[in-house]
Amino acid sequence: MATRQTGTLARFMMAPSVILLLIWMVVPLAMTLWFSFQNYNLLDPTQTGFAGLFNYRFFYSDPAFFQSIWNTLVIVVGVLLITVIGGIALALLIDQPIFGQGLVRILVISPFFVMPPVAALVWKNMIMHPQYGVFADIAKFFGLQPIDWFGQHPLLSIVIIVAWQWLPFATLILLTALQSLDGEQKEAAEMDGAGFVSRFIHLTLPHMARAITVVILIQTIFLLSVYAEILVTTNGGPGYASTNLPFLIYRTALLGYDVGGASAGGIIAVVLANIVALFLMRAVGKNLDK
Amino acid sequence: MKLRTLILGLCSASALAFAANAESITIATVNKGDMVRMQKLTDDFTAKNPDIQLQWVTLEENVLRERVTTDIATKGGQYDVVTIGNYEVPIWAKQGWLLSLDKLGADYDVDDILPAIRGGLSLDGKLYAAPFYGESAMIMYRTDLMEKAGLKMPEKPTWEFIGDAARKMTDRANGINGICLRGKAGWGENMAFLTAMDNSFGGRWFDEKWQPQFDQPEWKNTLDTYVKLMKDAGPEGASSNGFNENLTLFQQGKCGMWIDATVAASFVSDPKNSTVADKVGFAIFPDTGNGNHGNWLWSWNLAVPASSQKADAAQKFVSWATSKGYTDLVASKEGWTNAPPGTRTSLYNNEEYKKAAAFAGPTLAAMNAADITKPSVKPVPYTGGQFVAIPEFQGLGTTVGQLFSAALAGQSSVDDALAAAQTAATREMTRAKYIK
Repeated sequence: MATRQTGTLARFMMAPSVILLLIWMVVPLAMTLWFSFQNYNLLDPTQTGFAGLFNYRFFYSDPAFFQSIWNTLVIVVGVLLITVIGGIALALLIDQPIFGQGLVRILVISPFFVMPPVAALVWKNMIMHPQYGVFADIAKFFGLQPIDWFGQHPLLSIVIIVAWQWLPFATLILLTALQSLDGEQKEAAEMDGAGFVSRFIHLTLPHMARAITVVILIQTIFLLSVYAEILVTTNGGPGYASTNLPFLIYRTALLGYDVGGASAGGIIAVVLANIVALFLMRAVGKNLDK
Repeated sequence: MKLRTLILGLCSASALAFAANAESITIATVNKGDMVRMQKLTDDFTAKNPDIQLQWVTLEENVLRERVTTDIATKGGQYDVVTIGNYEVPIWAKQGWLLSLDKLGADYDVDDILPAIRGGLSLDGKLYAAPFYGESAMIMYRTDLMEKAGLKMPEKPTWEFIGDAARKMTDRANGINGICLRGKAGWGENMAFLTAMDNSFGGRWFDEKWQPQFDQPEWKNTLDTYVKLMKDAGPEGASSNGFNENLTLFQQGKCGMWIDATVAASFVSDPKNSTVADKVGFAIFPDTGNGNHGNWLWSWNLAVPASSQKADAAQKFVSWATSKGYTDLVASKEGWTNAPPGTRTSLYNNEEYKKAAAFAGPTLAAMNAADITKPSVKPVPYTGGQFVAIPEFQGLGTTVGQLFSAALAGQSSVDDALAAAQTAATREMTRAKYIK
């Protein structure tokens, strides 16, 4: 039983780590907020002073702004769809007792350990390249014209690459959920005459609901900031077709060295992330409270 | 056990303290072949200067640029010698971020540096960076395919000839593309090429009042020619090809012509990596009869930031690494073809070098044809060549590069890309207060 005394003590003991975490979060956020109202360009020391809302207006009026927000959302939703559906399917498959199960599982999980720029380079030069990629070879074998993936379908290509990287994560989490499903329940359902489909809908899926929620929430956090894959493959192009918000901020911060403008972009990204998080928590987060 | 650890710790601590007596300078450099070779050869420097120790920070080009720019702009003082391009040198020198190099030593022979290169590294007659290697751009072409097409490369080809030759050399059934050009978006990727091409078409980025010129006929002509040429005679997926991708294509024999940096000449004529090594010819960057051959000039240079605490030792190193002696050192250890090209007149007067490197002559011709003080035939308020030497160019060039690569990929029309580029450039230049 926690008395008032132990409660105070506990809070006191927790304080250092909580304060540290708070500083860790608040200081960079406050600095970003501060810079976003300043005229601050690293390459031009003559620009100084309070900028008001100018940085925000300038970032918002960027011709690529709305498309970049749309692209950010397309990447998040597209990758989530592929990884959750594909993850469930893969988890169901490798949950079956087969020969060499351990090895198969390791192989399925391994893409997650490949660094994003490396994965993107391999995809770009060895798989999707219209001259010497594997896809081009397959297309040529069937007598078809190879697809120029990054030229014709830049955003789809990025989604495929990122989904490939995150599929193992989803599979892993969902597989653990599946393994915790009681075997007796399955048998009982089978004896009651439930087929595979109804067993999946009424037993397996509800059981995995929490795990799916976790997958969606964690992935969303990372997918909102996809960047390396874009830099390595398309550089945001052609046009603005594969520019997302993080890439737009990169362009402002590290090519323009415009600290003020990039900070304003960062704040806009934080706001966007919070909006997405709000909707997500509304939509799927309640699963976690059960 | 504990005592031993303690003693060991003390020993290493004192060893460190002793080492710190010698002055140690930090050098930031780029992970290119010539620079990696320099690191291997530094024993020669440390033998001559036992009181100076070298710390290396070797990074990929873009990362290096980010780190060095941030450090130097915030006066961090992390680096004593930085490796930067001739794009940065005049801008940074003007900001007072670089020390002028006046202690390079008596036998350094500044006048031996190629005039085109030296001009780009000087401000008000003072040298602010020493060139490590330099390059221009030229045409590399397959002599066998040119012959098969029944053509002969003229001494000074025009774009008309190049277009005609590229279309005649194209043989898609056998995987041969008449011409390979950069298409990947980026200020140092497709925009380097397109800016040089526009120069040779008589165009310019800005007029004297810093108004962007994408609404002018020269740019329209440039981009039209480029997009049509690549459609008729270029490789699949050209909009994501940069220098390295085109190099691979050319080495595999899939390109009839390739217009890119002169440094590629040694790679395509190296039989170890290139399947077409014995069938490569070189020619100067094409023009449109106006005598402007693009003015492509790039050099990697060593400079000393104003924030360095060890400027004298740093200059000693810069002097060593860019001296004639260093060239001789490389030649004696790794052969003449590996000598850092494009910085000194004496190298191109060297008979042994000329014999070993067939591309020496064309490279020198290309470099001498470039004038970065006067990039366009029309008057311009900036210096540059395949770039515009203003701080805003990295961001702006990348934006415009994205738009143009969309036109190449067929995702937008040439007119739309130019209109969007004009809008983006006007917006950026107004913000930076060039346009009043």
